[in-house]
Amino acid sequence: MKTPADLKYTKNDEWIRVEGDEAVMGITDYAQDQLSDIVFVEIVAFEGESLDQGETCVVVESVKAAADVYMPVSGEIIEVNETLEDSPELINEDPYGEAWLIKIKMSNPSEADDLLDAEGYQNLERDH
Amino acid sequence: MYTSHTKADKEEMLKVIGLEKIEDLFQCLPDEGKFPTLDLPEGITEMEAMDELQYISSFNETTQELVSFLGAGAYNHFVPAAVDAILQRGEFYSAYTPYQPEIAQGTLQAIFEYQSLVAALTGMDVANASHYDGATSVAEAVNMAYHTFRGRKTRIVVSPTVNPQYRATIHTYMDGMDLEIVGEDLDPNSNPDDLIELIDENTAIVVVQYPDFLGRLFDLSTLTAAAHEHKALVSVHINPISLGLLKPPSEFGADIVTGEGQPLGISLSYGGPYLGLFATKQKYVRKMAGRLAGETVDTRGQRGYVLTLNTREQHIRRENATSNICTNQGLIALASTVYLSLLGKNGLQDLAKLNYHKAHYAAEQISTVPGFSVNPVQPFFNEFVVQCPVPAEEVNQTLLEHDILGGYELSKDYPGMTHELLVAVTEMNPKSEIDFLVAVLEEEYHD
Repeated sequence: MKTPADLKYTKNDEWIRVEGDEAVMGITDYAQDQLSDIVFVEIVAFEGESLDQGETCVVVESVKAAADVYMPVSGEIIEVNETLEDSPELINEDPYGEAWLIKIKMSNPSEADDLLDAEGYQNLERDH
Repeated sequence: MYTSHTKADKEEMLKVIGLEKIEDLFQCLPDEGKFPTLDLPEGITEMEAMDELQYISSFNETTQELVSFLGAGAYNHFVPAAVDAILQRGEFYSAYTPYQPEIAQGTLQAIFEYQSLVAALTGMDVANASHYDGATSVAEAVNMAYHTFRGRKTRIVVSPTVNPQYRATIHTYMDGMDLEIVGEDLDPNSNPDDLIELIDENTAIVVVQYPDFLGRLFDLSTLTAAAHEHKALVSVHINPISLGLLKPPSEFGADIVTGEGQPLGISLSYGGPYLGLFATKQKYVRKMAGRLAGETVDTRGQRGYVLTLNTREQHIRRENATSNICTNQGLIALASTVYLSLLGKNGLQDLAKLNYHKAHYAAEQISTVPGFSVNPVQPFFNEFVVQCPVPAEEVNQTLLEHDILGGYELSKDYPGMTHELLVAVTEMNPKSEIDFLVAVLEEEYHD
């Protein structure tokens, strides 16, 4: 399971890559593996909308389950990855690259500092 | 194979929940409610029971014996004998939920054909395998809009001339959700464009009926454009027979089309079982409740049918599902499929024209009776409002004395409309019946 060292992670299996006051986010390799084949991605947040940390921004649906994806940090949605609508399988293939979900202009960048680093994420206790 | 719980299973379950016997589960019931003594007459034989039931049923007055001009959501149409003959074939009649494509190809193909017919009729991209009836289809449309916007839009605009029973069902389905339902208290005689001022950014859906409950036809394109400007969905409820003649709602911007499928070869039967038609645009297919049968190929490349999107609602999406209702009206949907196949495209057009012309002849004739009038400029399909010189209830009573089921008394739903009678005319009303109705009105209400 890949856990790139340059990313920050949430306990809910989202990752973010911080660039200045902007952040790109997606779901982790572990999350896509647990969900198995992704068949549908619904980005419920829309460009220009501001959401708080923890609010649902994306729903990912696999052959096994539908999972809500939450905002790892608060901010304004500046871009959504529309290619996932037609190619949801990208999440299985490249969760940290092509399958980014949304770009956020952070309203409170310090929230990102409080997220887990790669080691912290790897050491999370899993109940399954 | 059905395997019931063994005695050991039951004992184990009781042990887990800390009870000794099954009766303990019902401790909360008051004693007098448990095993009450029933005051029943002596048992009778099957022959005697049949006799008694037949005697009781002889008091029924049905559209078989009466001349009927009653519609208001359920319409008296001819049902060809082939519909029932095919319906009662064992392969269809006994088949339950077709989860297993390897043994349910016939049922799945029938659903697929039904969906294709509904999509073609409504002009929409996709139709589901049906809902219980028109009322539940309308409620599911509201439900779908609510979930499409993930509960962020909380205003539902409903036209006052959506069938009152459907409106009641919307309220039942949406009860407990934090929604505001507006529009129903507008004047029923108003134009659908009057709904426009109620549509705002917070509006999830606008629900209208076409023809509306009063039988009227309006151009809905301005309303749908206004709704789309505010990113609200538009749901249009139709009478499927009328689409043999009218422009389908897809052409004026409907996002969802619902319908009561009863006119499509389903007998009136005291109000059910009926059939809920539901169609939408491809982009909303994953928000649509219910089942969807799809065509595919098997491992040998042969055409086959499967349920494509059903289990995801219950098994995959769970609390994220649009609706907790996945069931479809399998047998009744099949009846409508057989009916539409028998009629064909031209047959449906002919039927729609027949309904239209008969209704317009009736409206014209009724208007010649002093004291009675029908709005001469309002377009309608096969149903229209008659203004009566006396309360509509009295007119109905009088007509019934002549074995005529007059129409629907609109005061039942719209208190101000005491003198308005909603009259439906179908291919089942020959000219002689229409002329008889007019003759009775002339005789009873001349000066």
